[in-house]
Amino acid sequence: MESLAAFFDMGGYGVYIWPGYVLTAVVLVGMLVASIRFLRSNEARLQALQAENGEPSGEA
Amino acid sequence: MIQKFASPARFMRLSQVLLPWMAGLTVAFAAVGLYLGLVVAPADYQQGESVRIMYIHVPAAWMALFCYAAMAIAAAVGLIWKHPLADLAAKSTAPVGAAFTFLALFTGAMWGKPMWGTWWVWDARLTSMLVLFFLYLGYIALVNAFDNPARGIKASSILVLVGFVNVPIIKFSVEWWNTLHQPASVLKIGGPSIHSSMLWPLLLMALAFTAYYLWVLLLRLRGEIIANKVRVLRLRRVHGQA
Repeated sequence: MESLAAFFDMGGYGVYIWPGYVLTAVVLVGMLVASIRFLRSNEARLQALQAENGEPSGEA
Repeated sequence: MIQKFASPARFMRLSQVLLPWMAGLTVAFAAVGLYLGLVVAPADYQQGESVRIMYIHVPAAWMALFCYAAMAIAAAVGLIWKHPLADLAAKSTAPVGAAFTFLALFTGAMWGKPMWGTWWVWDARLTSMLVLFFLYLGYIALVNAFDNPARGIKASSILVLVGFVNVPIIKFSVEWWNTLHQPASVLKIGGPSIHSSMLWPLLLMALAFTAYYLWVLLLRLRGEIIANKVRVLRLRRVHGQA
């Protein structure tokens, strides 16, 4: 546990290093999730339209 | 030739195959890169452990420029050949580029505070990166500002090409103006001047970020193509059958 605490302390620079890494993870994962949602919502819209028009659903 | 090679239908098939690969590569490169950067690589003899911020700061800054260059090429292809996929590629790249630019600025501040004694200075490199961030935001605002999507794409593509003048300014800012930000130590004539124990995590994180960019680009491009299809179907319904 001692070594784990030392790892997170990073020689006193942990307070600068970890916010950098955590924010990077949050921003990149957030962008990914938003992009997947954008794709899914459009797919759902297209399927609904095709179903109403009686067209076979399928991509492109 | 381009029309045939990059038709939306073909892209939909190809991207379906590529998506899981990009996801896998992102995770794999990031896992190894983070392990090497946070555990294996030694502390810097001058910067101490704070050097570990560099393993995200430098790749994020590279990606900020890479995404802008990709956007400029896509915007030029879209303007000249009117290729719809190129237009949408530029539009889909903008949020990713903005995110990387923001992260480069943020992690730079987190390193600057302990090393320079300040979060921010109006140094040439820092200022030109801030301008890049605003160019991304301006593009995103402009591309979505028109009811007619084609107009938004055209206006914002011109903005990207005019703003490209900022890219060489960023790259050479550390040589033209000798201020606080240090010059390049990897992408320079004569090869990298840093030890391989630090170069590897840097390169692996850069590969992880590149794979991540392609992953998100494919997702967003698929979303934009389907959104276009939805728009066409709705217009057809309003004008045709009603």
